[in-house]
Amino acid sequence: MSGGSIVIFILNILGALIIAVLGIMVGLFYKGIDRKLAAMLQSRVGPPIRQPFLDFFKLMIKENIIPENAIPWVFNGAPILALVSTITILFYIPFGPIPALLGNSGDLILIVYLLAIPAIALVTGGFSSGSTYASIGAQREMVLMMSYELPLVTTIIVLGWRLNLAFPGLKVFSLAALSANPIWGLIGPLGFIGALLLFFTLVIVTPAELSIVPFDIPEAETELAGGVLVEYSGRNLALFELANAVKMLVMGALTIALFFPYNLSPLLSLTGFLAYIVDIVFFFFKLFIVIFFEATFIRVAIARFKIDQASTAYLIFLSATGLMGLLLIAIDYII
Amino acid sequence: MSISTYKVPIGPIHPSLAEPMTFNFEISGERIQSVDLAPGDNHRGIEFMGRNRNIVQIIYLAERICGICSASHPFAFCRAVENAAGIEVPLRAEYIRVIIAELERIHSHILWAGIAAEELGFNSVLYLSWKVREEVLDLLEMLTGNRINYGMFMIGGVRRDITEQHIPRIKKTLQYYKDVYQQLEDIFLKDPSIALRTKNVGIMTYEDALHLASVGPTARASGVKKDVRQDQPYSAYADMDIKAITPDVYSGETNGDVYDRIIVRILEVFQSVQIIEYCIDNLPDGEILSEPKIIKLLGLLKKAKGEGVGRHEAPRGEVIHYVKLNEAENPEVWKARAPTYNNLMSWLPMLQRQEVADIPIVIASIDPCIGCMDRVTLVDSNTNKKEVLTREELIKLSIKKTRRILG
Repeated sequence: MSGGSIVIFILNILGALIIAVLGIMVGLFYKGIDRKLAAMLQSRVGPPIRQPFLDFFKLMIKENIIPENAIPWVFNGAPILALVSTITILFYIPFGPIPALLGNSGDLILIVYLLAIPAIALVTGGFSSGSTYASIGAQREMVLMMSYELPLVTTIIVLGWRLNLAFPGLKVFSLAALSANPIWGLIGPLGFIGALLLFFTLVIVTPAELSIVPFDIPEAETELAGGVLVEYSGRNLALFELANAVKMLVMGALTIALFFPYNLSPLLSLTGFLAYIVDIVFFFFKLFIVIFFEATFIRVAIARFKIDQASTAYLIFLSATGLMGLLLIAIDYII
Repeated sequence: MSISTYKVPIGPIHPSLAEPMTFNFEISGERIQSVDLAPGDNHRGIEFMGRNRNIVQIIYLAERICGICSASHPFAFCRAVENAAGIEVPLRAEYIRVIIAELERIHSHILWAGIAAEELGFNSVLYLSWKVREEVLDLLEMLTGNRINYGMFMIGGVRRDITEQHIPRIKKTLQYYKDVYQQLEDIFLKDPSIALRTKNVGIMTYEDALHLASVGPTARASGVKKDVRQDQPYSAYADMDIKAITPDVYSGETNGDVYDRIIVRILEVFQSVQIIEYCIDNLPDGEILSEPKIIKLLGLLKKAKGEGVGRHEAPRGEVIHYVKLNEAENPEVWKARAPTYNNLMSWLPMLQRQEVADIPIVIASIDPCIGCMDRVTLVDSNTNKKEVLTREELIKLSIKKTRRILG
């Protein structure tokens, strides 16, 4: 190993640590904003924006109870797996003007796989906790996961495919390439409608990824008393909460990278350091808007679905929407 | 093929239950195969406490049987005592009683609507409907001094008058609920996601409702036109023409599902508004108490002998109080039967073959009040274990007692 590669290796590790810490903090911060906004929409005061941080510290000093009939290593391992896999996604996603840390070694396909791991961790954790409620919750999580994967993957494949048609030489599933050539610039009016449908698909998949109302069926507080998470407490629960907060950031950033990668600095003809600052601020503003519509607004506007209703909604209606988007974009290309 | 099932206990403590009550479910997959109820965790011995108090003190106890029906229980109790002792209530007091009882119905039904929305995971509606409920609570606080336990009822009348100054404030509240009706209808009856979760869920047929002697909105939602205010008009209700509300008034059909129970309750809120409006417009002049001096009243009740029954249509259904006076300071028997006791068994047909996700809303749909309902818990003093008496054992005990009485 040469001297240069060792330096890059160490820099990568440092970068990973910084991104992990920043990602968690930004995720918790947006979670606080989400809670405050939801409270305002429901005409109540709501918690302060720092509440998720307080919750986290409180959970860390609480007792970490492992049920008698749980399998301890699976039960304790699941939250760590969930958090690690979500943080790993952060290394592959560009945040506005900041390119992805490991952008060259992983692409969207990897992200889709990594997105599935927290859900799998929840399922394993639920089944291993030895509670009936958790088992029902875990079954539901599995069904839900299998239902929303198809529309999610449809969206991503179509975007890559369309980019491949436009620039055959490119690594089409790399997020850098996708952000550099946004879908809206490649297509005509018919394809525009198709791309809108794909965007809609991604927006509706997000609440299930984040397990919030109306798709918080695996946790369903009033039905299953917390479902998959019912037996989790203390540090383990805190890790799951962190994973969820980071996932919110990931889904927001993914939506932005796929559909709204535009920056403000070219428009204002700024360069250098100032452009960097403006773009980062603009990115966080976009993130705020996206999270508001993907998470906050949906969760205050609809009642919780039943698992069969959610499954039908994803497997049939949303998949159909995604395929319709594919069809429109294909027709647009042929014409 | 035999279906393998697993047991899921809901309760005694569970987020979807406000009060302790146990449901033992047999579930296969997400479907309920059978359910067994195990009440008896909330017995407070309130009737026993009543037998050690005088009649006026019991009014306050009756008010605290239930936090929501805190006008209905004293209403029924006062009527029972008046019935036993032969006390006439002034007409003005009857009207004020009805106004308070109907205001209570408004707040109870809107409270229920919020809880039902929360059980569906629709928290926004919970907050919005409870915000709407504040208006009537403010009015009740102004009229009676309290938001919940009103302290209005007294044997032979009411304790506080509704004066001229109160009327504009009451009218403002009534107008508020008329204005807000459209919103409530839009939220609860026209929202697609609420309809998705409540239509064809927790069905109780007309026959079941009759067979299980359900009362109140639970029975009316199944098409049983049953309402004490209509069937045996009493108090100021006798001056009005009150019709039991069934869901076909709104939707043209009666399914007996959770959605129909929402319809009945939403419509009843506005029936109550009309009743109060009538009462205010026709409020007669006169006394509000037949005997204002409490010591004299107690003396009178001490000499009374006889039995009395008081019935009232509480927000949850018919509440019955039975009192037996025997020329003593304390009543010999006081028996309160809350509407939830009748509606308890309605859960069995409703929960049959439903999904796990439906459990909270179906349980909430009869608007249960376990604290009102729990009257008896059998405990073996040697082993400290709860016991359940079967029907055969009860019949045996009854025969034994009849023989003993007959000598």
